[in-house]
Amino acid sequence: MFTNITQSQIYVLDQDEALDFYVGKLGLEVAADVQLGFMRWLTVCVPGHPERQILLEKPGPPAMSEETAEQVRELVTKGAMGGWLILHTDDCRKTYQTLLEQGVEFTEEPTERPYGMDCGLRDPFGNRLRFTQPKG
Amino acid sequence: MVSRAVEVTNRLMLRARDAMDRAYAQPLDIPALARIAHVSEAHFTRTFRATFGETPHRYLQRRRVERAMFLLRETDHSITDICFEVGFGSPGTFSRTFSAITGRSPRAYRKETAGLPVPTCFTMAWTRPSD
Repeated sequence: MFTNITQSQIYVLDQDEALDFYVGKLGLEVAADVQLGFMRWLTVCVPGHPERQILLEKPGPPAMSEETAEQVRELVTKGAMGGWLILHTDDCRKTYQTLLEQGVEFTEEPTERPYGMDCGLRDPFGNRLRFTQPKG
Repeated sequence: MVSRAVEVTNRLMLRARDAMDRAYAQPLDIPALARIAHVSEAHFTRTFRATFGETPHRYLQRRRVERAMFLLRETDHSITDICFEVGFGSPGTFSRTFSAITGRSPRAYRKETAGLPVPTCFTMAWTRPSD
């Protein structure tokens, strides 16, 4: 049936600020940044892996009413929107240290788990992210 | 950019709630949390409640009880040790709060969950205290 997950989406409140965070700080790569007129199609991926892209979508009209967009923004900032990502890294502690020095807001320090070592953070808007250094 | 005032406030309350999730074992108090959220102490409790539907004190209690439930299930630490491990100040407060939230004592909870034949991730998700 299916062979891959190629695109998924999270809501961001400002696409420039999202770029600054996801690319400038986390080191992801812009896979597409196209002004379509009706929307800015902005996706990022792990460097060298455009086969899996994350759409950084800004909620608003006409896709949804301004009132609904306000509700979405409130949920994102409450950490209740549900958009989240888990990334893999070769060195959890080193990545943690690098990002910490850049002022990234961590919710959990690197911790040993049955599946490896991982930690948790939030993007500037309230979305949850984790990155894992898998075992073995 | 988080633009509207309510979004700025939400985001700061989320930061304070994250601090409770992370540092539940420390003696967190309202002044410390209000500092994290960049608001006055008077505003903090009221705003947190408006944002998440419960007081910060209650949220912290639930977080600590959830951790205590985990330790009761998965370790053989004594109930007194667990009380201090998750940040309660006295065994009496721990026992009262635990019973009020989960409907049974820490001892009874430990007994009833001993050796459950399901993966721990299911136990964790389905035993989380709701209120």
